[in-house]
Amino acid sequence: MIIGAPEIGYALTVVGLFLALWGGAAAVTGARSGRLAFVASAERAAVAVWALVTACMLLLIHAFLTFDFSIRYVAANTNRGTPFYYRITALWGALEGSIILWAWMLGLFTFIVVLRYRRRQPELYPWVLSVMLGVLAFFLLVMAVPAPPFERLTPVPADGRGLNPLLEDSGMITHPVALYLGFTGFTVPFAFALAALAVGRTGEEWITITRRWTIIAWYFLSLGLLIGGWWSYHVLGWGGYWAWDPVENAAFMPWLTGTAFLHSVMIQERRRMLKLWNLTLIILTFGLTLFGTFLTRSGIIGSVHAFTQGSIGVFFLSFLAVVLLGSFSLLAWRVDRLKGQGELDSIVSRESVFLLNNVFLVAASFTVFFGTIFPLLTEAARGTKVSVGAPFFNLVNIPLFLSLLFLMGVGPLIAWRRASAESLRRNFLKPVLAGLVAAAVLRALGVANMLVLTCMALVVFVTGTMVLDFWRAVRARRRTGHGWAAATGGLLVRQNRRYGGFVVHLGIMVVALGVAGSQAWSHSTEATLAKGESVELAGYRVRFDGLAASEESNHFKVTGTFSVAHGTRPVDVLQPAKKFYPREQTPIAYVDYRLGLIEDVYLVLGDFARDGTQATVKVQVNRMVSWLWLGGLVLTLGAALAVLPDSRRPA
Amino acid sequence: MAGGAVILAVLVYLVYAGVSQSVVYFVTPAELLAAPAPGKTYRLGGMVQPGSLTWDPRSLDLRFILSDGKATVPVRHKGTAPDLFAEGRGAVVEGAWSGEGYFKATTILAKHSEEYKAPHDTAEPGYKELLKTLRGSEAKP
Repeated sequence: MIIGAPEIGYALTVVGLFLALWGGAAAVTGARSGRLAFVASAERAAVAVWALVTACMLLLIHAFLTFDFSIRYVAANTNRGTPFYYRITALWGALEGSIILWAWMLGLFTFIVVLRYRRRQPELYPWVLSVMLGVLAFFLLVMAVPAPPFERLTPVPADGRGLNPLLEDSGMITHPVALYLGFTGFTVPFAFALAALAVGRTGEEWITITRRWTIIAWYFLSLGLLIGGWWSYHVLGWGGYWAWDPVENAAFMPWLTGTAFLHSVMIQERRRMLKLWNLTLIILTFGLTLFGTFLTRSGIIGSVHAFTQGSIGVFFLSFLAVVLLGSFSLLAWRVDRLKGQGELDSIVSRESVFLLNNVFLVAASFTVFFGTIFPLLTEAARGTKVSVGAPFFNLVNIPLFLSLLFLMGVGPLIAWRRASAESLRRNFLKPVLAGLVAAAVLRALGVANMLVLTCMALVVFVTGTMVLDFWRAVRARRRTGHGWAAATGGLLVRQNRRYGGFVVHLGIMVVALGVAGSQAWSHSTEATLAKGESVELAGYRVRFDGLAASEESNHFKVTGTFSVAHGTRPVDVLQPAKKFYPREQTPIAYVDYRLGLIEDVYLVLGDFARDGTQATVKVQVNRMVSWLWLGGLVLTLGAALAVLPDSRRPA
Repeated sequence: MAGGAVILAVLVYLVYAGVSQSVVYFVTPAELLAAPAPGKTYRLGGMVQPGSLTWDPRSLDLRFILSDGKATVPVRHKGTAPDLFAEGRGAVVEGAWSGEGYFKATTILAKHSEEYKAPHDTAEPGYKELLKTLRGSEAKP
């Protein structure tokens, strides 16, 4: 028997699995019996598991860098032509390596939990540790049985198959990392929720402790979704960023419930209401991160993403069942302690607006869920394969999202408990008027699309409420003797949670404008051009100047040259290409584009004559798509502000 | 409570309307030809019959025949085919039966693959396996 990297990796995984299982059990034993030696042992196990997973990851990276094709995963996802940095990121280029990355992040978070809470939260800590280790054990089980990353390949091939060319892109380096950080990040609030239930301390404590974890997890999930859109936009060559594909929906559902959770915990912190609801939401959010993986990896629902499929679906479904059954049993057992202390005083109050926000977000999540599994339902019920596509999701979700946009303006300003008519007038009269005026002006300017018009008017309204609120607060601080800069800066730092939230809302609105504008105003055409001929679209003239062929490190490339002019003014020269990878049967399009704040010019090379005299090109003028990426930047600033240490209270 | 009921009713209506407006049936060539309903949106899946593909770059007319081993359906489409579309490979097209002996496709969907398939995997496609994978395809316009 040979002992090589595959065997060492497998051994590390199995030892890690048993240590995680031991640690989880020891932590529970320690918590129940009060014997601290058990907790200390669990703690050591947690650190050791993280070290082992880190070792697994380094081993696999090393195998990628040294072209160790005796490992099946390495041979499947790299070859001698794969550029250096893609050999590292090929680690999460497919299923098995993604699971390692996921486990590693979980291990890292468990380690941080150990560092931060072992002294500070002696009562909750052992339970949190056991939940984290339990989840970690599941991922190690997946690594050991259905998706072994270190499986040996015999005979060892001379060269690997190489990474999917579509994944050789910066978006593919960052998108999975952000997404997995989001998914794994929600494990921490989930673990604290279960710990709170186990101990019976069902108050606001677990929410306060995990507030920043929730924001960070939510932020990374948002970022992951946006980067996924960017990848789809600039790589796939269909000019869109979101297609309601099952894989996208799988990540969007936990985002929706996570967003609901982020808001509803504020009501519990403030009014001690919704205890049961908050626990349900975090359990659902965590469950949906598992469900998404089950959905996309089990093969029960096909997707254009076409991931590797296998028995892994059964593992995820079983674990999901265990998690949901366990969590909700725990919830049912403690239900008598989960009565809210506050009550809804009035329908016109911040509580009820937040509640409505939650209803809409959960409803959106449910409709996405329904639409995604619809083919399964019809096949089970009637034996026919029927699917609902983008029209379904758009029709159902657009009213929900517009309502949410409206609530975004109302929620942060309306009074707690009961808002008086006077305060409503004071806070909302001017912004509502601004929104109406904006709608009238836009209509006069020729914005005919009702959805875009509504969206823009709502954005003006929401921005108006925020500007008004911030302006009043700055003015109040000015009266206490601060200068403008000091008043503004001081306000941002002292009330970072509130204004961080404002900035995040701004980011969401920028994204919303991008979505509305691009859906309503984009143009597209396709034409076959002889050399020197041009095609016109939305004021642009695109001329075909010729084709060139080149040999790249791992593929052969045919590049078209097109000069783009706006009216008579030359704007740019774009070079979309087709890449021919020796192992692919069909070429891969390489999109070229010129991004702009208002519009992008986007070219995809289609078919071409071999002598270079003629080429078919798809031309798109995509409006306001850049706003999605800008919105992501604003979101980042807001999230960073919101997670700053709270300066009003000691953390 | 009343507010909750209203919201629920609106939601149920939205979902119902959404479903009835956007359901798309997946059919194979044999199933389509058994009961062709002109104008109704279908997703038709099969293998692009080798030798059947014609492409006129000037008019952007793309024509090919989809087959499921039992029946064949001629398909017409305006515009270039997506990456991964080729003769002898599986494809799903969305569109409607024209009533004049061909299927008018508005969208061609080809599956993106996370991993390479060795050439011999696709050279001799088993129709059953092929259709099984195609049935799951989702739209990417």
